This record gives sequence, structure tokens and C-alpha cells, in this order.
Amino acid sequence: MERLSFEVYPGEIFGLVGPDGAGKTTTLRMLAGVMTPDQGTATVAGFDVGRDPEGAKYHLSYMPQRFGLYEDLTVDENIRFYADLFGVSKAQRELRSGQLLRAAGMTEFRGRMAGKLSGGMKQKLGLICALIHRPKVILLDEPTTGVDPVSRRDFWRILYELTAEGVAVLTSTAYLDEAERCHRVALLHQGRLLFCDTPAHLKARLGKGVLAVTSPDPRRVREQLQNAEGISSLVLTGDGVHIVVDDVSRRMAEFQARLKQAQVPFDQIQRVTPAIEDLFVDAVSGGKEGEGA
Amino acid sequence: MNTADRSVLIDSLVKRFGDFTAVDHISLETRRGEIFGFLGPNGAGKSTTIRVLCGLLRPTSGRATVAGFDVAREPESVRQHIGYMSQKFSLYNDLKVIENLRLFAGLYNVPRDLVDERIAWALEMANLKGKEARMTGTLPSGWKQRLALGCAVLHRPPIIFLDEPTSGVDPISRRQFWDLIHQMAAEGVTVFVTTHYMEEAEYCNRLAMIYRGKMVALGTPTELKQKSMKGELLLIECEPLGVAVETLQGGPGVLDAAVFGNALHVLVPNAGVGTAQLQAYLVAHEVQVSKIEPIRPSLEDVFVALTSEREGRKEPV
Amino acid sequence: MRWVRLTAVARKEVIHIIRDVRSLSIVVIMPVVLVLFFGYGVSLDLKHLPIYVYDREGSEQSQALLKRFQSSDYFEIVRVANNYSELVKALDDGRAKMAFVISSDFSENLRAGGTVSVQALVDATDDNTANVIIGYTQALVQGYSSDVQLEWLQRRGQQVQPPPLSVETRTWYNENLESSAFIVPGVLAVVMSVIGAFLTSLTVAREWERGTMEQLISTPVTPLEIMLGKLMPYFLVGLFDAGVCVVLAIFWFQVPFRGTVMALLISSALFLIALLCLGFFISVVTRNQLAASQVALVATFLPAFLLSGFLFAIEQMPQFVRLVTRILPARYYVSSLKMIFLKGTPVAMLYSQLVPLAIFALVLAALATRVFQKSLV
Repeated sequence: MERLSFEVYPGEIFGLVGPDGAGKTTTLRMLAGVMTPDQGTATVAGFDVGRDPEGAKYHLSYMPQRFGLYEDLTVDENIRFYADLFGVSKAQRELRSGQLLRAAGMTEFRGRMAGKLSGGMKQKLGLICALIHRPKVILLDEPTTGVDPVSRRDFWRILYELTAEGVAVLTSTAYLDEAERCHRVALLHQGRLLFCDTPAHLKARLGKGVLAVTSPDPRRVREQLQNAEGISSLVLTGDGVHIVVDDVSRRMAEFQARLKQAQVPFDQIQRVTPAIEDLFVDAVSGGKEGEGA
Repeated sequence: MNTADRSVLIDSLVKRFGDFTAVDHISLETRRGEIFGFLGPNGAGKSTTIRVLCGLLRPTSGRATVAGFDVAREPESVRQHIGYMSQKFSLYNDLKVIENLRLFAGLYNVPRDLVDERIAWALEMANLKGKEARMTGTLPSGWKQRLALGCAVLHRPPIIFLDEPTSGVDPISRRQFWDLIHQMAAEGVTVFVTTHYMEEAEYCNRLAMIYRGKMVALGTPTELKQKSMKGELLLIECEPLGVAVETLQGGPGVLDAAVFGNALHVLVPNAGVGTAQLQAYLVAHEVQVSKIEPIRPSLEDVFVALTSEREGRKEPV
Repeated sequence: MRWVRLTAVARKEVIHIIRDVRSLSIVVIMPVVLVLFFGYGVSLDLKHLPIYVYDREGSEQSQALLKRFQSSDYFEIVRVANNYSELVKALDDGRAKMAFVISSDFSENLRAGGTVSVQALVDATDDNTANVIIGYTQALVQGYSSDVQLEWLQRRGQQVQPPPLSVETRTWYNENLESSAFIVPGVLAVVMSVIGAFLTSLTVAREWERGTMEQLISTPVTPLEIMLGKLMPYFLVGLFDAGVCVVLAIFWFQVPFRGTVMALLISSALFLIALLCLGFFISVVTRNQLAASQVALVATFLPAFLLSGFLFAIEQMPQFVRLVTRILPARYYVSSLKMIFLKGTPVAMLYSQLVPLAIFALVLAALATRVFQKSLV
């Protein structure tokens, strides 16, 4: 992790986005007080994590990738454990856990062993344990990896509700498309911060447009268009080709003509919204696809 | 499609562990040279199905044929004709690149006189020439991925199974990897990929969506996006978001509404009609609308539409 | 230090112990099994050794000699043989530990007044037993021999002088030399090793393996609270199991208990603390349950078993090994147990055992705390 600086505001979902090894987990760990930085400071909810970890820890919550659920404890016992560690009074705990369990649709599972819950429910339980003490900041490390899309939606809905209460949510993900769900995003690559902005601004930054060509023979399309002018990157998808270009309308017409001339079959060429992945690739490979890794 | 072309054929496959049904009557066929995706969240039954297809697990009922061999009756033959690349790459980190290659050449019984040639080919394909002496554990994940692929195809199998091949790998390496896959497919190798990452499925020619052991959809990515959604998706940017999403829950023609970052994704039967209707509706409820436009649904939208319908949205997952 | 957090950790640990069948059986069943096993199964006394006898003469005198063997508790005549080959076979098979042969000219030689030899064929594959057999046999034969001599002298009308020296032995503390009396208390050391070190060694390693430790550190709980919270239940369980063993020892095996409960409590508590900290230390350093359990077994259970004086007397060990035992807490605990049970030594006089135990407890506690704190950064 190199010279990382950023700020997250209350009521915001901030995404740390990047592939494995980009430094997301390291950053979150330092913020959570689980790892000490070599240089620099981290302030969470007004507390310097290095100098007053106990103070900071009361106001934050950390949900690591392998969440700290005890499989041989019931849902209630897990919640109680974390509540006690955070000094939540019994009355508060009962009120809050009731609310959270209801929101997660897990009220009838209170007495079940955590080990016997489905993947999506374990995640929700982890979140409940992380929220029981009403933290001001919550740090999530890749919370939705491998979880089915329905649970993922539920999870994000809870996160959005949290922001309405003024909680700052800092979440990391390797899925570039999940970055679109965040209010602001920091793109990380190999320990460096590439960009930090809202998804919309980031895409505008790309300054380019994206065309999608649907075709039964994507390889031929690629062959034809590979060396055409104005292309920053071209990638094969299952049913076509995805191209980042400098001028959408101009190139669209050009490519159409080219393909027709070479008699390459295609269904259509459309303009599509750029994905954050396009920005990432563009930024990392300096405008053209290079050797990579 | 004649029999020789049907590289993988699955017919009503069922696999149970005790009273838990991991694979529930799955049927499909793949073509030679096709990149076929098996898409679904963790625990849906993908890995179990792959293991059955590789001859590592016996089916409870139903049949599966891989490269012409029945997986239940001739698992050994099946294994000789397939390549398998598993999650997180199954390479030995404390072996050098060349040592891993030699190991797998041996395990896959590559004939002695062809070993060197194949290894050279694999190194070339994976762009690892000159790096033979590197310790595998020190390689960046993109390289490990390509090495793992190389190791899985030393014996030039007609079919390869890739189990979550690009988890956590950076997008550039991922694209290069998929380039390789497309190359192999062009040469006639059938590629069977499993992934929980919906967007990765876009790289596949055809897909099957798996949920809780059952196949809920089958088709090309475009087909799935067009036919599986019961309506069209609108992107709405407005203020205040919280109020808007609440209001829309009962709105005219609204099939589903969810917050997505700084905007809303709303499902309506018809985009044209919906746009006008919702614009008026929201304004009437004191919501400032800055943008409404139709967007293409993602595969995730498709998945949610198919699975939440099935479960009736009542049972927590 | 917040009490609420500490009890939360302790409560969780208790739930883990109860819900894990393996740890639960160790806590509940193992102590009882060990006490019973060592109480009954192991006896260092040798009695009822099976022997064959071959009386080639069958006279009144030879029968008189054999009668001494018959009535001895140490021997059991399993067969009266009729030929040598039977004896050889029996010794080979292990059916007999010794074969006793009286020659056909036994009484004749006795009357003639010369020395008469009798033959004892001894199975010496276990030389300890063999030595004992030889000793017993010689004693019996010696006894017969003196009686014959006495009779002989009396027939001649001579006075008999008693031998100039005789040894009067009295065994203190363990009058019947019952080995169970000194083995059973030692079982406590073994039991405590398993609970104190073995079970404890799993606890931290398990949290690391399962990934829950990271989350724990991100909460306000302090390392000291985690350590004390985790060790408290094992401490109580250890004392409880020790109590169970003591009760069994006293009331079932009739091991005499002449000391005070306070002395027993103090030495047990000190030993337990030392072991708990050692187990905790192992857990922190290995971070892996499998490795932790193996190290714990080798570091605590084996020494407690082999080198603490529990079964094998330290005095009989080679010098180098004796030196090694000086750094084993178990050695001091076992001697203190024997002193408390059999001698009734009061606490004040136990300092030679308690002080080393206390030192171990302190050093290991400091070490464990330090290492744990460092591991969390």
C-alpha cells in the first residue's frame, strides 16, 4: 500500500475496488486497527486509530472476508457475544437485535446454530453482529463474494438504509461492476490509488464511448476491426465484441461499413454505457491493451 | 448436431448427499468448440456437477456423457480425455513453473517423446517462455492462471473444465485469459466454465443458470437478457432517492424498483410507456427527476428476476 | 479491563467446550478412565508369578520344600511337570516364568550332610522380573535351608546361634507398599496436563484457523481480556476434574489422604496455571490446531507421564534425564502430591515443591501474555 489518502463522509457508501493484491484488505485492516501502518494516520469517527484504538473501535465495525461467526453458537448467542464486547446494554441489545433480525428476515432463526445457516444468511448475521452497537463507520471486506444475487440485493438494501441513518460505509470488492452501486469509488491497483470519484464522473473521465457488436462469429469481427483507427481496446465476449472508441457515432458508421464489405455476419452495433472495467483497463494499460499483470 | 459433436451430454442428472439434493434434474448438451458457461452462486450445485462430469462423483440418477464416455461407467476414460483447472489454480506453490508442467505431463500420461514439445507449446501459449525457473508461489495471479491452464491441457484434451478460473484476477489478465480460451475454442476444444461472477458469463457462447441445484435458464447471454426479463429496465436519477424508491413500490406499472448507487433501477412492462408514466408520477410526489433512460439488463438482473420469481420472494435466503 | 467483555469471552468458551463432543468427553470421561485404568490396570507388585515344578524324587523332604512355594503369595504353581521338555516348552511359551527342579537324590544328599543344589530355570526376558524371581526363590530356599540346618543341629543337641545381624524393616507412609497408593495421585498430573495444556492449546489456534480472531481484534476487547476470558473456564474445569480424581482415589482406591485440602488446592492451582499458560503459548505460536495439539502432547503429556516420577522413579533415571526433570513442572507437582497424600506435609513445608511451581506459573504467564500481544499486531 503506497501513500493512500482519501476521506469518506457520513451517509456515503465508499467502494474500494480492485483485483486481488490491490491492497483493499490491507487498507481495511489498518482502518479497523487490526494492522499497524508503517506511515501515516487513520482517523475513524474522529478517533486516531493508532493512538486510541479502543475509542475508535467502539464506533466502528469490521466485517472481514472470513467473518467472525462462531459456527457452534446460535444466532442469538453470536449476537450477544458481540454486543457484550461492545458494551451494549441488555435492553438495547434486545431492542436492536429484534429490529435487525426482522429487517433481515431472520427472526425465526434465532435459535439456530450459525453453522447451519445458508451462505446468504450467514452474511446477514455477520452484518447484524457488526451493527448491534450502532457504529458510525462500517468496514466491509468483499462481503458479497460468491453470494447469490438475491441475497446480494438484500444486503445492499440494508447498506442503503444504513446510509440514510448517517452511517459511513466503506466496502471493498473485486467486482468492478459492483463499484457502480457505490456513491464514490476508489480504484486500486497493486497498492496504488488510481482514481477516487463518483462512478458517473469516472465514466465521463474515460472520455470515450463504448460500442457493442453482436455477432454469431465474434472472432471474425475482431479480426476485421482489430487494426481499425480510433480503438483503445477490443475484447471478445461470448456473443460479440466490446470496443472502446474515441468517437462513437463516427466509428459506428465506419465499422458497420467495414464489416459489411468484408461480409462478416453481425446482428447489430449499439452504443452501450461504459463499464468501470473499461476505465480500469484503460488506466492501467495506458490507453492500449498491453502485456498486463 | 450429430453424436460426435455433442461433447458433453447431461440427461436428467441428479446427485444427492443424504437428503440434500445438490443437483436436481439438470439436462443440457454442448457442442464441440463451444464455450459453455455454468452460472450460479456458491452452493448452487455447479462444483458438484463438474465433479460428476469429471468422473469424481457418481450420479445418484440420470446420465452424463463426456467425450463419448459415460461418467458413471467409464470414469477413467473420461479423465483421460478432459483437462481440469480448479478454483485457485491447484498448482504447487513450492515447485518451479517447469516442475509443475512436468508433473502434470506425467499425471496426464503425456507420451514421453511428446513431453518436451507440449511443454514448449504450453509455455508459448501462456506467455511464460523464459520464466520456467520461477517459483510458482511468487508469480502474479494472472500468470498463475495461465500456467494452470497450460498444465491442464498438456495432453490436448478435447474438453476442458474450468472451475471459477478468474476469481480475483485483475481485468487485464482476465481478458488475456479469455483470449486464450477463445483461441482454444476456435481450434475445436469445448470449454465448460463455472462461475458465480455474472459478468464473466458474458464471455461464454451459451449459458446455463443454476440455482439451488436446478437449471433456471439456458441460452446465449443476449437471449437470456431479452427473453427472461418480464419487462424492460429503466435507469432513473432523481432526488431524494429514499423517498423515490418508497413511492415507486406501488407505482403504476412498476414491477420492481431498487436503489443502485446514486440512481434507481426500475422494471416496467414497456420502456416507452413507463418513462412517461413514471416521470409524471414521481413529479407528482415531489421527487425531482433528472434522468430517465432505458438500460440493458445485466445478467444479474436476469438471475434475480428468474430466481425471486421462483421463490416467491417470501423465503429468506 | 472490562468485566463484561471478559465474561463474554469466558461464556463463549464454555459453550464451545460443551458443544464439542471431543472436548466434552475429555473433560468428563477422561479423568475417570485414567484413574480407574491406572488404579487397577497397573501394578508394579509382582505376585502370583506362574511357575512349573519338577520333583524328580517325590520324597517327604522335597515335598516340604515345594510346600513353601505353594503357600507363598509370590508364586503360583501352575503345573507339576514330569519331564524336562515340558518345562522348556512352558518357559518358551511364557506359560511359566520359572521352572523349579529338585533332583532325584535330594533327600539322600541332605542326610549325607553335603550341599545340595536345586535348580531354578528363570525366564529373564524381563530382567526386572527375573531379578525379583531369583530373589524370592533364594529367600524361600534359604528359609528351608536354615530350618533344615536347625533341625540337624537340634538332633545333635547343639545350641543354635542366631545370626549376628538382622535387619528390621518398617515401611513408612505406604505400609503395604501398595503401588496404587503412589500411582493414583500421580494420575492427577496427567489429567491436568491434558486439560490444562492440550485443550487450551487448541483454543487460540482454532480462532485463527476459523478466521474469527481477526474480527475479535477489531472489537474493543483487549488481549488480556481475551487471554483471561479463555483460560478461566479451563482453570475451573481443571480444578473440578482434579477434585473428581481425588475423590475417586480416596474413596474408591482407599488411597490414604493425610494432608490438607488447602495444600492440595494451592499446588494444583499453581500447576494448572503453569500448564494453562503453556498451552496458551503453544496455541498462539502455532496458529494451527493440529500442530498445537501435537506440540502440547509432547511438551506436557509425555513428560508428565514418563518423567514426572508418576510411574517411573526419578532416582532410577540416568543423571542426564534427572537433570531434565528439574525443568518440568510435573515433577514438582507429583512429588508434592505424594507428600500431601502419603506424608500429610503441611503447606509451609512444601516450599521446595511450591516455589518452583510458582516460578513456572509466573514465567509462563508473562511469556504467554507477551507473545499473544505481539501476535495481534
